[in-house]
Amino acid sequence: MRSRGAAALALAAAAFGGCADPGPKPAGPPVVIASKSFTESVILGEIAADIVRGTGLAVEHRRQLGGTKVVWRALETGAVDVYADYTGTLYEEILRDETPHRTLDELDAALARRGLARTAPLGFDNGYALAMTDARAEALGVRRISDLAAHPDLRLVFSNEVMDRRDGWPGLRARYALPQVARGMDHDLAYRALDAGAADVMDIYATDAEIRAHHLRVLEDDRGYFPSYAALFVYRAGLAGRTPSPVPALRRLEGRFTAPGMIALNARAKLDHVPESEVAVDFLRQTHMEVSLPSALAPPKESAVATIGRHAVEHTTMVLLSLLAAIAVGVPLGVVAARRPRVGRVVVGAAGLLQTVPSIALLVLLIPLVGIGTPPALVALFLYGLLPIVRNTHTGLVGIPEPLRDSARALGLRPGARLRLVELPLALPAIVAGVKTSAVIAVGTATIGALVGAGGFGQPILTGIRLDDFSLILQGAVPAAVMALALEWIFDTAERRVVPRGLRKQRGT
Amino acid sequence: MELELADVTKRFGPGVAIDRISLTFPAGRTTALLGPSGCGKSTLLRLLIALVEPDQGQVLVDSKPLSSYPIEPLRRRMGYVIQDGGLFPHLTAAENATLMARHLGWDGARVAARLDELRALTRFPADALRRYPTELSGGQIQRVAMMRALFLDPEALLLDEPLGALDPLVRAELRDDLRGIFRAFGKTVVVVTHDVGEAAHLADLVVLMREGRVVQQGPYATLASAPADPFVTAFLATGTAVPGASRPLETGR
Repeated sequence: MRSRGAAALALAAAAFGGCADPGPKPAGPPVVIASKSFTESVILGEIAADIVRGTGLAVEHRRQLGGTKVVWRALETGAVDVYADYTGTLYEEILRDETPHRTLDELDAALARRGLARTAPLGFDNGYALAMTDARAEALGVRRISDLAAHPDLRLVFSNEVMDRRDGWPGLRARYALPQVARGMDHDLAYRALDAGAADVMDIYATDAEIRAHHLRVLEDDRGYFPSYAALFVYRAGLAGRTPSPVPALRRLEGRFTAPGMIALNARAKLDHVPESEVAVDFLRQTHMEVSLPSALAPPKESAVATIGRHAVEHTTMVLLSLLAAIAVGVPLGVVAARRPRVGRVVVGAAGLLQTVPSIALLVLLIPLVGIGTPPALVALFLYGLLPIVRNTHTGLVGIPEPLRDSARALGLRPGARLRLVELPLALPAIVAGVKTSAVIAVGTATIGALVGAGGFGQPILTGIRLDDFSLILQGAVPAAVMALALEWIFDTAERRVVPRGLRKQRGT
Repeated sequence: MELELADVTKRFGPGVAIDRISLTFPAGRTTALLGPSGCGKSTLLRLLIALVEPDQGQVLVDSKPLSSYPIEPLRRRMGYVIQDGGLFPHLTAAENATLMARHLGWDGARVAARLDELRALTRFPADALRRYPTELSGGQIQRVAMMRALFLDPEALLLDEPLGALDPLVRAELRDDLRGIFRAFGKTVVVVTHDVGEAAHLADLVVLMREGRVVQQGPYATLASAPADPFVTAFLATGTAVPGASRPLETGR
């Protein structure tokens, strides 16, 4: 698994060059550090990358690789060596069955079973919390959640997951005997509601950057209702055996963070638009853990045009390779399906079923098989591209009028020659239309490649969503749309060239 | 090439299309399969080139079971033309006609010479050779279909309602041309038609069918003068007046 993941990474790095590490080339495979698709995770990943680089090891940071499931699968399978997570996430989401009492001992045992280990907590907690605007809290004298009970008129708004979960609002109300009635509200709207004085209390993550921006006060969970979400690094236990080992460097970060400190780091990246790499360097400097390898710290500056160009190359590569594979497999499958109706129903049904698998689920399933980076994205795009091609090939062949079929047989053409000389040419308009559909779908779907570190136009979209940066989202969305339109135009042109005049006229009438 | 049905039955679902027919199509003669629609004459033709297989009995080619021949080479020794020509819409007239010869690797000069020969025989205009089927008239389509069927110089020619889709004027012209083509061909021809006049005009022998059975067979004149069954008389009476053919019809009445 480990070597396969490394191979996948090497392939992705070789193919795109975008992830190549700058500076002197240390020996041995790089330590692969990953981060999830939100700012705090990226900052922690940058900090970890810098401090490990300081030991002279080669490091690769797979920034915003994906959600919890993607990154965890990548760690389990060895495609990733280190990433930062939260005890609450590990207890509640990932290792639920093995950590019934939510203790660190249970956690260590569960990690050990997978060949994984962890650092001690980093010093801050990013669990659920309740917040009020500082001014309102001050006026009412509210510091703790239990203080809310004395103010039954307060308007509480919670994101829907908190409203619904048993361990969310219903449990909280019971624990603190709160008299208020809460309403569900979109998270981003809730901030505005608090700003406007339309609501008083909302749920937040304890280190949200917005806490600073909206001048919020995090209420103390004085009855310990919310589970702890202490941040720590989880890593492949095998890292300890490397020379030099990156583990002692990671452990230097234990206990070095505070919640207000983390809020400040998040706010600098997300609200002040300071690059995470810079935020990380500043943090290390301020905490006197400065790393003496400046060349390794400065990521290569890339012009906007170069960035768009790189994403275009990544995106195009994904689309074209997966499309070629889908044609190479889909057309023969469509032929088989047309020749054998019973097989046909199964094949077309299976291709349709693939289409219904959510992309994120498919990617998570693929990580243990092909690692992270371009390979899982290619496989996913290939699978999604199959249906239109298989179905249209099948439809095109089955739709050939019986008399034409008979004529071809009566001429004495063998089955293979009939297919080549008559049936496929007659089905060509349908097949080309299917390929076109697949191509356009692939351009849109390839943006999911960013979820597993394959780059492409999904990368700026993902970063833009994470940073609330609309122009960054457009930097991915607009070229992707342009590419889809261009492909459609190319296929329309190709269709005119490829499809014989006799068939075009017939289709026109 | 002599074609023969030996006690052949063919069913489609509950219906019987061919009901225990034994019949010989003598070599070198033109036989018309005549009858109302649904009588099984097209199915019979399709049995002869193995587009359908008999449920019972055997089709014989030169006295040997058809099933004992490798099928593709045998089909190349026959020509088959269907009602609307069955031309491949993605190929031009010339490409349609020469498809098999090119597929079998004939050299270009031989293909061109044969095409020229057939174009003259079928009276197909040279400037229409590069047109696609959608750009051809109904009569032209049938002529291309004839060229295609005749290209490899087959030993038998099977035609399923070759004039069925044409308007009357074109029909009369092509019918006369077909007669010339059959004469020049000089080999076994089986032509399916529901038109008495066509059968009388084109064929040496007429096989009148009804509901999957042969009612009477023989030269047209015999059917007209000595009908075996009132159906024969009744069906021949539906025929369009054809010079030379109409007279026996009238005397039969």
